[in-house]
Amino acid sequence: MTALRTHAEEIAEQFSDHLDVDADEVEERLDNLVNEYKVPVEEARRSVVNSYLDEAGLERDAIRGGGGGQAAKVADIDEDEQWVDITAKVVDLWEPRSDSISQVGLLGDESGTIKFVSFKTSELPELDEGSVYRLENVVTDEYQGRYSVKLNRTTTITELDEDIEVGDNAVTVEGALVDIQSGSGLIKRCPEEGCTRVLQNGRCSEHGSVEGEFDLRIKGVLDDGNEVREVIFNREMTEELTGVTLEEAKQRAMDALDTTIVADEMRETTLGRYYSVTGPTLGRYVLANEFEQLNGPTNAEEVLIKARSM
Amino acid sequence: MSQSVPSREVARRVFAREFNDAGYTFKESEDERAPVYLLLPTGERANRVFLVGTLTEKEDVGEDSEYWRGRIVDPTGTFFVYAGQYQPEAASALRDLEPPAYVAIVGKPRTFETDDGQINVSVRPESITTVDAATRDRWVVETAERTLDRVAAFDEEGNEYARMARERYDLSVDAYKQGAIEALQSLEETDELAAEA
Repeated sequence: MTALRTHAEEIAEQFSDHLDVDADEVEERLDNLVNEYKVPVEEARRSVVNSYLDEAGLERDAIRGGGGGQAAKVADIDEDEQWVDITAKVVDLWEPRSDSISQVGLLGDESGTIKFVSFKTSELPELDEGSVYRLENVVTDEYQGRYSVKLNRTTTITELDEDIEVGDNAVTVEGALVDIQSGSGLIKRCPEEGCTRVLQNGRCSEHGSVEGEFDLRIKGVLDDGNEVREVIFNREMTEELTGVTLEEAKQRAMDALDTTIVADEMRETTLGRYYSVTGPTLGRYVLANEFEQLNGPTNAEEVLIKARSM
Repeated sequence: MSQSVPSREVARRVFAREFNDAGYTFKESEDERAPVYLLLPTGERANRVFLVGTLTEKEDVGEDSEYWRGRIVDPTGTFFVYAGQYQPEAASALRDLEPPAYVAIVGKPRTFETDDGQINVSVRPESITTVDAATRDRWVVETAERTLDRVAAFDEEGNEYARMARERYDLSVDAYKQGAIEALQSLEETDELAAEA
């Protein structure tokens, strides 16, 4: 099937409730614009849809998708201003920071999570945390490279009687460990309930001077020669990576009367090695859930074949 | 939020032969603290490099204070690494190391003009660690791949640093492709020797 035919059938489908159009007719009109008048396909599609809207006396919002509502997985959303349908669970609801917002939170499906916003003016029913909904006709939005979806007046919300195992947006990154940043090694965290901030000179930025609790972590940089990724190893992962437990680290720091010795020793045993790290992303960090040192034999033959074919 | 954090410079992968052929450095802004880039002859800018090779010699060449020079050998040539009082960790690593040893180095390219006008390129290390042969082999394959990628992109339209390399250097990128091939072959040979042994 040609691309034009696909577009034509989608458009015919969109208007099936309102007009007596068939795909052949739509295709002919698209074909005329695209092949005779050299109009780009997207623009041609827009133009044809608009003329049918006029014919049917409808607003653009009235037809599903307004130009192609596509079923989407949240992790696949990577374009601004797309009309999509998603089936997702309300993972989290946050406090709206603006009076115009009715609800803001996190939606999740098998592929991962995405932020959603619902505005008061849309007069939509409220979503319940933990419930699964089919949301038809939501619009994607982008801010500084991060995507979200906006519910709007034309969105239809159907609560589904099912559960979804929400994915964690896990990624795998590979490269040489080229740096272990400050704030790594043996650190102290604020003991206040629910705080866990890392102390700077014995002070928590929220709770002031406190008796901290020791912890281990590594903030590292993986570099593959093309890009850098920052990774965080928690205590368990740090112990596995370095072979040094929290108790041993405390002992060494005590013997040396210096906590920085722990990070220094970690640098010696990990920097310059290649690792593969898998885990969810948080901002610019990848939180290591598992890792592997890449020290197996390499396949030089494959690269040689490529080189010789150049 | 992440936009406001200055992004860390990637550590380029480059073999010693190409690294030592580079001599031109530049900045991309007037800012005093703007990063200085070494222009690689295959058409890439390098503010940082990552290399793995064999430390074959080390020497304290300092007069008043310690200033360590290390020679790091890869399949194509030798990197020169200098570490003094301002790189205390790297300097102490060089002091303690016994050649020969496989080492991994993250560092910044530095250029130095000799009295006879020749430009020497060296590495000012941020870290030096000892690694195993498998890590070294992986670096050779990876560096060959990155080098070949740069050679393949050299004639692409809009490749700004390739254009700069053509202007600044009178060098053929084919030599670096050849160097990458020889480096890969050297691995294959050691593999065969190991298999026979």
